[in-house]
Amino acid sequence: MTVALELKNVTKQFGSVIAMTEVSMEVTSGSVTCVLGDNGAGKSTLIKTLSGVHKPTAGEFLMDGQPVDFDSPREAIAKGIATVYQDLATIPMMSVWRNFFLGNEITIGWGPFRMLNIKKMKALSKQQLLEMGIDLRDTDQPIGTLSGGERQAVAIARAVYFGAKVLILDEPTSALGVRQSGIVLKYVLSAKERGVAVVFITHNPHHAFLVGDRFYLLNRGKMINEFQRKNVKLDELTMAMAGGAELEALTHEISQVKGK
Amino acid sequence: MANAVKDERVQKTSPITTLLRRPEFGALMGALAIFLLFSSVDTTGNFGQPGGIAGWTDIAAPIGIVAVFVALLMIGGEFDLSTGVMVGTTGLLTGVLVTELGLDLWTSIFLVLLFAAGVGLLNGWLVVTTGLPSFIVTLATFFVLRGANLAVTKQFTGTVRVSLTEETANYDQAAALLASKIEFAGASFQISILWWIFFTILATWILTRTKFGNWIFASGGDANAARNAGVPVIRTKIILFVMTSMAAAFVGIMFVLRLKGMQAGQGVGVEFFYIIAAAVGGTLLTGGMGSAIGASLGAVIMGMAYIGIPYALWDSDWTFTFLGLILFTAVLINTFVGKRAMKGRKK
Ligand SMILES: Nc1ncnc2c1ncn2[C@@H]1O[C@H](COP(=O)(O)OP(=O)(O)O)[C@@H](O)[C@H]1O
Ligand SMILES: [Mg+2]
Repeated sequence: MTVALELKNVTKQFGSVIAMTEVSMEVTSGSVTCVLGDNGAGKSTLIKTLSGVHKPTAGEFLMDGQPVDFDSPREAIAKGIATVYQDLATIPMMSVWRNFFLGNEITIGWGPFRMLNIKKMKALSKQQLLEMGIDLRDTDQPIGTLSGGERQAVAIARAVYFGAKVLILDEPTSALGVRQSGIVLKYVLSAKERGVAVVFITHNPHHAFLVGDRFYLLNRGKMINEFQRKNVKLDELTMAMAGGAELEALTHEISQVKGK
Repeated sequence: MANAVKDERVQKTSPITTLLRRPEFGALMGALAIFLLFSSVDTTGNFGQPGGIAGWTDIAAPIGIVAVFVALLMIGGEFDLSTGVMVGTTGLLTGVLVTELGLDLWTSIFLVLLFAAGVGLLNGWLVVTTGLPSFIVTLATFFVLRGANLAVTKQFTGTVRVSLTEETANYDQAAALLASKIEFAGASFQISILWWIFFTILATWILTRTKFGNWIFASGGDANAARNAGVPVIRTKIILFVMTSMAAAFVGIMFVLRLKGMQAGQGVGVEFFYIIAAAVGGTLLTGGMGSAIGASLGAVIMGMAYIGIPYALWDSDWTFTFLGLILFTAVLINTFVGKRAMKGRKK
């Protein structure tokens, strides 16, 4: 397994606010790297750095071992880093196939008569979704009629089809129910099986534990812990994320309140 | 890993649901209903005949030409309130260039289209750079042009009218193309109807068959998601403003040729006709959904009301009231039917 992305002591500062301090991480191809952290921990700042929205203030950002310096998300996309944002991935009123090919439309014809190859796009999107395990009878239906989980799944399938080497998912399950989250997690695994380096951001240790190969814990802008799948249990992950000692103190306090 | 699970709750979509889901469906039903209404109350026996049809399509054509592009702009998530006054501005400008400045007619037409493109570009640029709602930006353009129409016209002619005589060189050519009549089935139809059909087909093709059309839906549906997918949202919107403005100019030029002149107040208030036609035709005011054919059907409904009301010997002072009720009913039905159809497909 090769290292697709690597951060070495990356710091990101917004004026006087230090959102990320000397963060180091590795993202390997064909595996799921989870970034866990509470609200305000700096998760969004981290993925925005990876996807080319922010430039690091200090530190190194390597892709395939080479230093990279993205000026815009477009440059990151061109290099194969795709980001699926929680609510901003698809356009509800547009059909599934139009969403699938949005920004990458297949056309036929010449000059001013160049037009969409609708037949091909419908067939391809149906086939690609099927390969990811998403069976839609009709890719003509507005994507808004699909459930939240299925929409995320389509966005993932789209990124994989268009050759994403790195797939960043920003809290894809945070607004979903149990069953829907399950759907998304399934496609996270199927993207991984295709050799994609998946970066999965979440504040839900249960979801992370189901699919993750490696876990990074972010707290107040610092990488406070790192686990490999084989060396960690769910309880440990949950504990570590909640700040271990803090959670114990809280449990104690609550039991005292109840005891009164 | 292709262990796709068939969901037993997926219903097969009936063709009827597919039809109901089309945004122009409501407008088509509305147009049929209004046709039947005015045919039944018609006192002249002419409403459904070639002569009557020539009458109401003549009203519908200039509304439709602009309305289809207004629909595209609205689907793209923006408004243009300066379209009506733009018809006046461009008509007046053509007259001034030809009659007052002595420019060649074709040159003037070319310059006027260029001017309209410039105003559209300015509207679009102001909207995307200031981030102000296009409703406000183009409302300002509307008032700026409205004042300019009056002031400039008076400056040149000393009156509130610019004229364009048949003696103008090349007038015959231009009028043959843009303001002539075609005898058909014993009635004379305006050539504007052919242009209207042409622009409706063109706009429909752009919207549903091209990459740019896909970007229009995306920009209006969710600009952020569109940007994330790599759609050039800003460029798409600016081009839409330019197209809308040029469509208004096309109609302005048609009018000045046909009327052999233009009043300084021409076109004011007509912008709402375009928006009504688009809305009646199933275009969502918040963007992201709509149809050019629907906007054309909306224009047909207005044409029928304009001709049908006097044919029925109703008091034509009530025409606007009638249009207002149609707007409300049509949008209500569109929304209701559209929602039902969307739900019908939900798993
Ligand atoms: N553009 C910005 N300008 C200033 N401060 C920011 C900016 N983006 C994030 N921050 C700050 O950085 C910290 C981490 O935020 P964020 O990365 O959004 O956390 P998370 O996604 O984990 O909830 C917060 O304190 C936030 O206020
Ligand atoms: Mg966040």
